[in-house]
Amino acid sequence: MKGYLYLEQFRRSLAILKKNIRIYYSKGPVVIFGLLVPFFLFLSFYIGRNIPAQALLPGLLGMTAFFTATSVGPAIVPWEARAKTLERLISSPISIWAIFLGDVLSSFLFGVVVSVFPVVVGIFMGVEVTNLWILGLGIILGTFCFASFSILLSAYPPTDTPASVMMLSSMIKLPLVFISGIFIPIEELPDWGKTISSISPLTYFTDLARYSIQGNSYYPVELDLIVLSAFAILFLVTAVKIHERTMQKRL
Amino acid sequence: MEVSNLTKRFGELVAVDHISFQIKKGELFGFLGPNGAGKTTTIRMLTGVIKPDEGTASIFGYDILREGLRSRQFMGIVPEMANAYVDLSAWNNLMLIGELYGVPKKERQERATKLLKEFGLYERRRHLVKGFSRGMKQKLLLCMALINEPQILFLDEPTSGLDVGSQRLIRDMIRELNKSGITVFLTTHNMEEANQLCDRIAIINQGKIAAIDSPEKLRMRSSELQSIEVSFDKTIGKDELSKIQGVKGVKKIGDKMRLYVDEPSVVLDRLIDFARSKKLKVITLNTLAPTLEDVFLKLVKES
Repeated sequence: MKGYLYLEQFRRSLAILKKNIRIYYSKGPVVIFGLLVPFFLFLSFYIGRNIPAQALLPGLLGMTAFFTATSVGPAIVPWEARAKTLERLISSPISIWAIFLGDVLSSFLFGVVVSVFPVVVGIFMGVEVTNLWILGLGIILGTFCFASFSILLSAYPPTDTPASVMMLSSMIKLPLVFISGIFIPIEELPDWGKTISSISPLTYFTDLARYSIQGNSYYPVELDLIVLSAFAILFLVTAVKIHERTMQKRL
Repeated sequence: MEVSNLTKRFGELVAVDHISFQIKKGELFGFLGPNGAGKTTTIRMLTGVIKPDEGTASIFGYDILREGLRSRQFMGIVPEMANAYVDLSAWNNLMLIGELYGVPKKERQERATKLLKEFGLYERRRHLVKGFSRGMKQKLLLCMALINEPQILFLDEPTSGLDVGSQRLIRDMIRELNKSGITVFLTTHNMEEANQLCDRIAIINQGKIAAIDSPEKLRMRSSELQSIEVSFDKTIGKDELSKIQGVKGVKKIGDKMRLYVDEPSVVLDRLIDFARSKKLKVITLNTLAPTLEDVFLKLVKES
């Protein structure tokens, strides 16, 4: 009976997913923060340098997965609180966890779909993917982890101003890009840099991408997968708990 | 629905103060009060949007706090402060709400078609809600509230800010829905709306319930507000009329005078004698039962 109730709630999460896809993926901030910023950031770093596509792809993939999967999540709740649609959702027979699972799933789906593009383009440019399974698993785990991270970004403070949340999330997201082995491989970082990079989930995703595309990684692959999974669960559970506590202040 | 000691505080302010009442299945129950009386806060607690600080309520036997999901499954809600998704079409709004209530796809499509046709929105079903007028949005919110075929309908100021035609349409729909067996909980500050629609009314002021009864009994309860309205061919001062025995107060309303009395039939004879003695010609003469507005103002003042 309880299993049926969870299944029923999961189905309602899918309704939230559909709603998010229809509404949010055409919004300006999503396009700007999700696609253009990482693209130009990446171009500005690599242009004029003689780096082979094989070495370029893991970093580009890391940026794409991270920015696309975190582009929508932080803005949804403040947007809906402001548009007075959040109250309609809360008064429906759907749990708060199911609402946020729907938000995570939509970010996850967006992240996965967009992340496939650099891989396909890379393969056309002659990049050899040495372990497609691990890459696929890494993209799935990584984007789910980043999608969960995205709803954590909007959990506190409970504001109804999307711009404030987007600014705050950019302040957290941008530094993470620089410490996660995207521009400089982890093995080339100093010891303190390695320590800092180990707290970023993006590090483990980029490491998995390097393993799948270049054939070498800093951490063991199993560790990358376990840590990404652990981060995903931690972010999701923490975000739902905080949102449950702060929801009343948004309404 | 059984509400027991429901209380909500916002800082120092007690928005809803230990209110208790019951609503029978199939009843059309009105919650009448001035702005800021606690009507919307009550409806938001009952529909699970905000948590009460004290007390609870049960709907069809399900506690709103412990079994919130189950209790909300029976509800249809037209909130005052919430919106439809303006970036979705009317159709997609209905599909979303249908899915959130677990209505199977075929059924929600059939119901959406029927509801949109009934409310005159079917031709606009593919249009984004952002292009809808206020009246159309309100009709859509009502469609959204009905997509799950609720057993109890919560309507928070459903006709507020609408034109006369839309108000009438929505009131007629509420009556029809109630006739079909749906219990209705309606908040309004419109006396006439409450009078026309409700089986029973609770008058709420400053978070407390001042009275609960049928509109007719509420009027009867305030017999001291009975009055006689009269106009003569000449102007007569309030002072002269107030000297008639049994007249408790006189108020000038337009070109008429309203005399507040306990026993209209007795005072009526004296009023005719008064007119004869002053050689006045009576133009209009009516006895009036207190309006709901009179009762409401009296109860609000007392509370």
